[in-house]
Amino acid sequence: MEDRILMAHGAGGRLSHELVVHLINCLSTACRNNLDDASVVPGAERLAFTTDSFVVTPLFFPGGDVGRLAVCGTVNDLAMSGATALYLSLSLIIEEGLPLVELTRVATSIREAALEARVYIVTGDTKVVPHGAADKLFINTAGLGTVPEGINISGAFARPGDAIILSGSIGDHGTAVMAQREGLRFSGDLSSDCAPLNNLVAAMMTVCPNIHTLRDPTRGGLATTLNEIAHQSNVNIVIEESAVPINPPVQAMCSLLGLDPFYVANEGKLVAFVPEEKAGEVVAAMRHERYGAQAEIIGAVNAQPATRVTLRTPLGTTRVLPMLAGDLLPRIC
Amino acid sequence: MPLADEFTNSVLALKLVEHIKTALCPEQPVRLMEFCGSHTAAILRYGIRQLLPPGIELLSGPGCPVCVTDQSDIDRALYLARVPGVIMATFGDMLKVPGSQGSLAEARAEGADVRVAYSTMDALQLARENPSRRIIFLGVGFETTAPTIAASVAQAAEQNIGNYAVFSLAKICPPVIKALLDGGEVRLHGLICPGHVSAIIGTEPYEFIARDHAVACVVAGFEPVDILQAITMLLTQLREARPRVEVAYTRGVMPIGNLHALNLMSQIFETSAVSWRGMGEVPASGLKLRAKYAAHDAERLYDIPPIPAHEATGCICGEILRGVKTPADCSLFGLACTPAHPIGPCMVSGEGACGAYHSYGDGRGG
Repeated sequence: MEDRILMAHGAGGRLSHELVVHLINCLSTACRNNLDDASVVPGAERLAFTTDSFVVTPLFFPGGDVGRLAVCGTVNDLAMSGATALYLSLSLIIEEGLPLVELTRVATSIREAALEARVYIVTGDTKVVPHGAADKLFINTAGLGTVPEGINISGAFARPGDAIILSGSIGDHGTAVMAQREGLRFSGDLSSDCAPLNNLVAAMMTVCPNIHTLRDPTRGGLATTLNEIAHQSNVNIVIEESAVPINPPVQAMCSLLGLDPFYVANEGKLVAFVPEEKAGEVVAAMRHERYGAQAEIIGAVNAQPATRVTLRTPLGTTRVLPMLAGDLLPRIC
Repeated sequence: MPLADEFTNSVLALKLVEHIKTALCPEQPVRLMEFCGSHTAAILRYGIRQLLPPGIELLSGPGCPVCVTDQSDIDRALYLARVPGVIMATFGDMLKVPGSQGSLAEARAEGADVRVAYSTMDALQLARENPSRRIIFLGVGFETTAPTIAASVAQAAEQNIGNYAVFSLAKICPPVIKALLDGGEVRLHGLICPGHVSAIIGTEPYEFIARDHAVACVVAGFEPVDILQAITMLLTQLREARPRVEVAYTRGVMPIGNLHALNLMSQIFETSAVSWRGMGEVPASGLKLRAKYAAHDAERLYDIPPIPAHEATGCICGEILRGVKTPADCSLFGLACTPAHPIGPCMVSGEGACGAYHSYGDGRGG
């Protein structure tokens, strides 16, 4: 194959065919598709269906790349509704000129993430657009999963008395990508937390089928997710700031740039609202899982003042923790 | 314990709160001003007002470089950003400051080439990489930032990077503190001065505060323990009736300041009377490029026409910056004016009083 993607790779002829075969080879056992227009798969009564598009600069960053992100993002969206992720679609929009070696690296990473998450890619598409019409590579994935009977998880189901559990440190993904993109050099390791959370959720549901709310705090960070839940469930959320794990390099970068880790994106963390009496058991089960080793109870739910998120600082004082307004922008001093 | 954690340590903080309660004379309430926006943000972020006894009033001052940038200067920056061939490089928090005709973010959406820089060295690199374009760095900041602007101009001159220019809106703090105290609108007992500014200028430029105005003055760091220690020291000065300049941030400040940075600043800049939003023109408070560096001075390179200003009606940023009013007094606050759609500059920056009040609440708890 040519070592760069050409417009002809999107023209529907021999090169297009070669590209698709190459990608299917890269995906290897993660792929169940025989080049038909659609895949026929076994179904179930309660399905969960989601889709997401992934546009990230740079394509590769410490701890992950756009391919891993495209699998984890959609798998996690399914997992947050309590669904067992089964199948993904994979759609690539490729900018003319993308080196084949980069595309291969992304496809290999998709395979590894899919195998880890135990999902199959059952359908896909590629399009090539002229130089400048896309930024290297855009990926869309859609995901299909089954929801077991008796599982009812929603952002609207948080209840007064619930304990709030966070699966690990916050701000890792956003700071790693920003540092890589802007060429910022920090001592210490900034690494994205990009990870599939479905195995973690499965372990949680085993000890507590009655999880009320699950959410992965991606763009907008933990603060924005908590505000969404407070609104959807019409409750007050109280968070203990000192219980929220933040890795020292993340804290350092945020302090320097005037960012607040509570608003920085995560790609491998979840926040769970569970009945208080089950919280200890859920945390113990999470800590046995690779992506829940740092799980902590970080707060609780009250009835009033409804729709508000309150942060209790290390000094014992309190303040509101509002939703992110606008973009995160580095400050002057 | 890592150094940073010591200054958010709740045991230390609560001990200082006890000192403050003992030192405060209940019959004599005190009014203190934190000059700097970073202090305002930290006070609200940590809910420090909730820890203080009644009788201590903390006012927010004009120490937010974004907030005090005059609207006419934003308008001129917008003009420069729209000149064909220009790339305007700016710190992120200037993007959304509204001028008379939109903001830099809006200009960017309309096609102007506006880029966020993390440092002046990034902007200089942009100039090296784009020799056919003119890079204008929007030089906003106080003494903490001015040396880095000066360093970029010095490097551009040394390395003949002819397409690099600065639109300098840099300002220095002591003259505006003097204007504030001379104005007499607000009677202050003590001032908390910014540690990062003193890391550059030392403490001597603040001597007039105690000497001429009998106002207590403590230079402080930005963690809660730093701020509480500064309040403790201010109360001690007031009780002894001996106002002076002290440093509660000895890990960052030497009384003589940073001579290298000061020399660089005086090599590149000269002081000039400039307008501060809400304060009007303040003598010798702006830093403009010396004539020797005219080739890198956007104000000299471009003939910026006079632009009629339209201040937003109802916005009280000016009074907030002078400590006369608080964000709660503004009828636009949180309604028409929010961080997503700021009307006045104090709402744009997280260090601006309105932005900080909006992010963290009014300090009375969540």
